[in-house]
Amino acid sequence: MAVPVIEVKDLHTHLVTRWGTVKAVDGVSFSVGESETLGLVGESGSGKSMTCLSIVRLVPRPAARIVSGEVLLDGEDLLARSEREMQRIRGRKVAMILQDPMSSLNPVFSVGMQVREPVAAYHGLRGRALGRRAAELLAAVKIPSPAARLRAFPHQLSGGMRQRVVGAMAIAAPPRLLIADEPTTSLDLTIQAQYLALLKELQERHRLAMIFVTHNLGIVARMCDRVAVMYAGRIVEMGPVRELFTAPAHPYTRALMESVPRLGARRELLTAIDGQPPDLAKLPPGCAFAPRCANVMERCRVEAPPEIAVSAGHATRCWLHVPA
Amino acid sequence: MAAESANATLALPGVEPTVGARRARRRWPVISTSIIAAFVLVALLAPLVSPADPYEQTLRLRFRPPVWDERGSWQHPLGTDRLGRDLLARIVWGSRVSLAAGVITVLLASAFGAAVGLVAGYYGGRVDAFLMRVTDATLSFPVILLALILAVTVGPSFTNVVIAIAVILWARYARVIRGQVLTLMELDFIAQARVAGAGAGRIIMRHLVPNTMNTLVVLVTLQVGYVIILEASLSFLGAGIPPPTPAWGSMIAEGRDFVTSAWWVSFFPGLAILLVVLAFNLLGDWLRDTLDPKLRQL
Repeated sequence: MAVPVIEVKDLHTHLVTRWGTVKAVDGVSFSVGESETLGLVGESGSGKSMTCLSIVRLVPRPAARIVSGEVLLDGEDLLARSEREMQRIRGRKVAMILQDPMSSLNPVFSVGMQVREPVAAYHGLRGRALGRRAAELLAAVKIPSPAARLRAFPHQLSGGMRQRVVGAMAIAAPPRLLIADEPTTSLDLTIQAQYLALLKELQERHRLAMIFVTHNLGIVARMCDRVAVMYAGRIVEMGPVRELFTAPAHPYTRALMESVPRLGARRELLTAIDGQPPDLAKLPPGCAFAPRCANVMERCRVEAPPEIAVSAGHATRCWLHVPA
Repeated sequence: MAAESANATLALPGVEPTVGARRARRRWPVISTSIIAAFVLVALLAPLVSPADPYEQTLRLRFRPPVWDERGSWQHPLGTDRLGRDLLARIVWGSRVSLAAGVITVLLASAFGAAVGLVAGYYGGRVDAFLMRVTDATLSFPVILLALILAVTVGPSFTNVVIAIAVILWARYARVIRGQVLTLMELDFIAQARVAGAGAGRIIMRHLVPNTMNTLVVLVTLQVGYVIILEASLSFLGAGIPPPTPAWGSMIAEGRDFVTSAWWVSFFPGLAILLVVLAFNLLGDWLRDTLDPKLRQL
């Protein structure tokens, strides 16, 4: 990994609620380079989506606020930009694909009108050239007979097809960073596989840095180079996919792996993680995972663990790995 | 049994008629549009089509019955009122007032109301709370009362009628549009537009407005009829268009003391109101069924 495309440093995003301030993102740091994919996994409410929204500065206001940290895109701090400048960066430099293909396109405009819009905005194309470029984009996301599809309305397309159109719009610029927030959750399994292959292909062609949010570990194994596991707003473990899967360091990661069914595995029962995801407004003083952890120690309940390097490029926040 | 149910599925007994019925309903509504077109034409061409001067009084010929009555004549096809004015001419000229009042009021009210609804729904939070309280307050104020106050203080006039109705009517639009904006805001294409770099103005104009247009058009059409009735009620109460200007509502009011002896004085303007309002309502219903893009290709 050379110079990172995106580098997030000690990001803190807080949510002010009636029940108190919630640290939705609590000191998250990571970086993603060109053509590299970082998987962001964790259960609902662990701060995955909030981290992504913080990068493009679209956290739900007025409740959420980015408190501190740096988000460097090609070395430029996005948190220091004005809202107007951010609008030019969104879509052009950082594109995002969201979860729901059923509603991700405006139902009253044809596909063509919607695909042409970003192309016209980013490249200033008009008329024939614009139409041709739009058709090329649809062809790039493997939509058959793109010229005809441009005239279709969203409700005439299947979910997978619509998600492809969203993909086409996302690479219109093309951007430097693509954030995919569970883009395949509501697609059929076979369509999922095709879509993931397509994303990989687009990534290679445009050398995109990609952040892939999911809670599907199978997709992580397939798509990502590195994984960051989030728990209660923090990255509890981050490392290369292979290493994380074969030798998970954090008890939470280990528990996650054990809750995934494996073909040909002898053990029949899957292990569930006991207890509830933590109430972010009332986190324990020490490690947030301590109440559910199988390896909990005295120290865990008192003091939050620092980041500890397990091997090169593999780090975790767990007292188990502190050389005593 | 199995074969039977398979057959039933193939024939789609429950689905077929529904689609057919929908299709029938979605055919261009000839009757309502032609009624509206006829009234609009008459209103525009009133000086040409009116058979007589609507203000000319001929007391000798007061309360002449319509032409098919034995005492009637072709000189006054729908009869005359208590001042001997030609009823047909007054209805023709009155259509100008009624249609103009209906259309102008609704356009003013819908433009303002939709803007309020869009802003409230888009920004949410305190802006929304404030605008919706104003809307609630407006909705709780009776139109007739406001019109009466205006009539008493500034004097009755066409402008005051339009103002009185529009000042209150906008709130309905605001509420309906805001509700729709709230549902739209939850949809991913709004979020998708935002992550693609769209600002507030762009999201409102490009995504929210087109998606609320259907509702707005339907509501406008349905409300034109309502406003015509409201204007007629105000004129009936004397708070609307002042005499001698012909307006359907005040014509009904003028005839109400003579209903037993000269029913036509009130009946024909009433019939005109009925026809126009019915036509607008039918058109509105049809628009509601048609404008849904999902139904368009059926």
